[in-house]
Amino acid sequence: MKASLDVRSLVAGLVAAGLLLLPLYSALSGNVFVLTLFTRIVILALAAASLNLIMGYGGMMSFGHAAYLGIGGYAVGMLAQEGVGSGFVQFPVALAASALYALVIGALSLRTRGVYFIMITLAFAQMAYYVASGLARYGGDDGLTIYKRSDFAGLINLSNRVQFYYLCLACLLGTVFLIWRIVNSRFGLVVQGLRSNEPRMQAIGFPAKRYKLVCFVIAGTMCGLAGALLANNTDFVSPAVMYWTRSGDLMVMVILGGMGTLFGPVIGAVVYLLLEELLSQITEYWALIMGPLLLLIVLFGRGGIMGLLGRLNRG
Amino acid sequence: MADPLLRVDRLVRRFGGILATDHVSLDVARGELHAIIGPNGAGKTTLISQLTGHLAPHAGSMFLGGRDITGLPAYRRSTLGLARSFQITSLLSDFTAADNVALAAQAHDGHSFRFWGNARKERGLRETARAALERVGLAGRADVLVSKLSHGEQRELELAVALATKPQLLLLDEPMAGLGVTESARMVKLLSELRKEVTIVLVEHDMEAVFALADRISVLVYGRVIASGPPSEIRQNEEVKRAYLGDQHVVVKHG
Repeated sequence: MKASLDVRSLVAGLVAAGLLLLPLYSALSGNVFVLTLFTRIVILALAAASLNLIMGYGGMMSFGHAAYLGIGGYAVGMLAQEGVGSGFVQFPVALAASALYALVIGALSLRTRGVYFIMITLAFAQMAYYVASGLARYGGDDGLTIYKRSDFAGLINLSNRVQFYYLCLACLLGTVFLIWRIVNSRFGLVVQGLRSNEPRMQAIGFPAKRYKLVCFVIAGTMCGLAGALLANNTDFVSPAVMYWTRSGDLMVMVILGGMGTLFGPVIGAVVYLLLEELLSQITEYWALIMGPLLLLIVLFGRGGIMGLLGRLNRG
Repeated sequence: MADPLLRVDRLVRRFGGILATDHVSLDVARGELHAIIGPNGAGKTTLISQLTGHLAPHAGSMFLGGRDITGLPAYRRSTLGLARSFQITSLLSDFTAADNVALAAQAHDGHSFRFWGNARKERGLRETARAALERVGLAGRADVLVSKLSHGEQRELELAVALATKPQLLLLDEPMAGLGVTESARMVKLLSELRKEVTIVLVEHDMEAVFALADRISVLVYGRVIASGPPSEIRQNEEVKRAYLGDQHVVVKHG
């Protein structure tokens, strides 16, 4: 058990080190594209990590997590459109809007469980998608171009590729650290206990719904941050970021990397998005290869990549 | 007699056309061990589930220490001092034995909206957990995952979890189910010690254990209490013999 943890920590450490050193590689090799690609990967890894908090640790299979990417993004985009360019306003608004959305959606959907929970979270995200499509003032279907990235008063320049990359990476690592503290805290144990056996937890005295709702809101807020970063990354936000397939992508990243493991979603995001990138260079039918590959990993590597690593070690 | 710790008043629960709980009234005095027996399908678990708040009754009421708990959710009843063990062992299987008990202690130690400190390193919770595990003889198995514990150990852990909530009233739903002879004997011994500390409602199929332990016995048949009284009385009761003990005369002889 101890040794298996070590292999996994080793891989996690290597990935983290690789991410930290990436701009160096990009500068030395003159490969700018790799930095752009990895900025996107880091942002989506943050989204996946937040989903893992409710899905992996909390057992809440939310199929609408991409909604927060859109809400965070639109908060930035709409404020920019209205002339509020300060990141000190945009980011808090993005987080607050995501938290509020999570609070309302969570309060409604946590009344259900199982397949119904999956369907209701999906339905709400699709509603958000159609609402965004209807925002004629903010680009409607076509989306909204952001002409100026969030302005942090000279503290950090988001238009500088390297600075922006490190901001995203800091957000990712900070979030993973926060999740690590949370899952080992009293609150985290309650949430994981609820995943394992909800009637039992109620019988020993925990009001289940309250804890699940707070967890749901924390995860949504974290993903809202990813949304705000993503909009800055693409200088654009459109309803498409909230489409249900995007929520599916996030779920795949989490499952691929290993649900309920701290660093699994990050590794899942890296592997998934790199594969997508590489395979789509080879063939436009890349999904035909990606699909079976994911199936194999899920079938034979229960617990995702982190699960595989754990078993590899045990022999 | 002083006010009973638990009073059940004309409780009714239907499943479709079936009356699973048919106007059940029951008093459990503080400090007694009250056994509920009855053939399969008599509605024992249905009754327990209503007592714990996992199932809502259609009529009637329940009082714990004089307080009406009929409409309270399960977690509120737990805070008021009502603990249960499950008939089919129901633990957090991917947690260790100590974690299971510590969580129960945590549930009764203020709210758990604490996001930062490592809960597994909180000495108070771990101490309570260790004490409860020791109480049931599982101190040496504290760090073992529940899924790796034997069935008998899991039943004992169920008790430790219930004890860690410092209950006034312990509802035990067939704690002997599936235990071997030696394990059963250990459980009976454990219960005979626990009964000195806490009021117990015991649902059990093992007649030998019930007649050895109980102060009073209520007999449930088709959702109705057909008799209630001390073991000696129940043993003599003709209706009980007919309805229930008829096919268990071996046990009656033993008792």
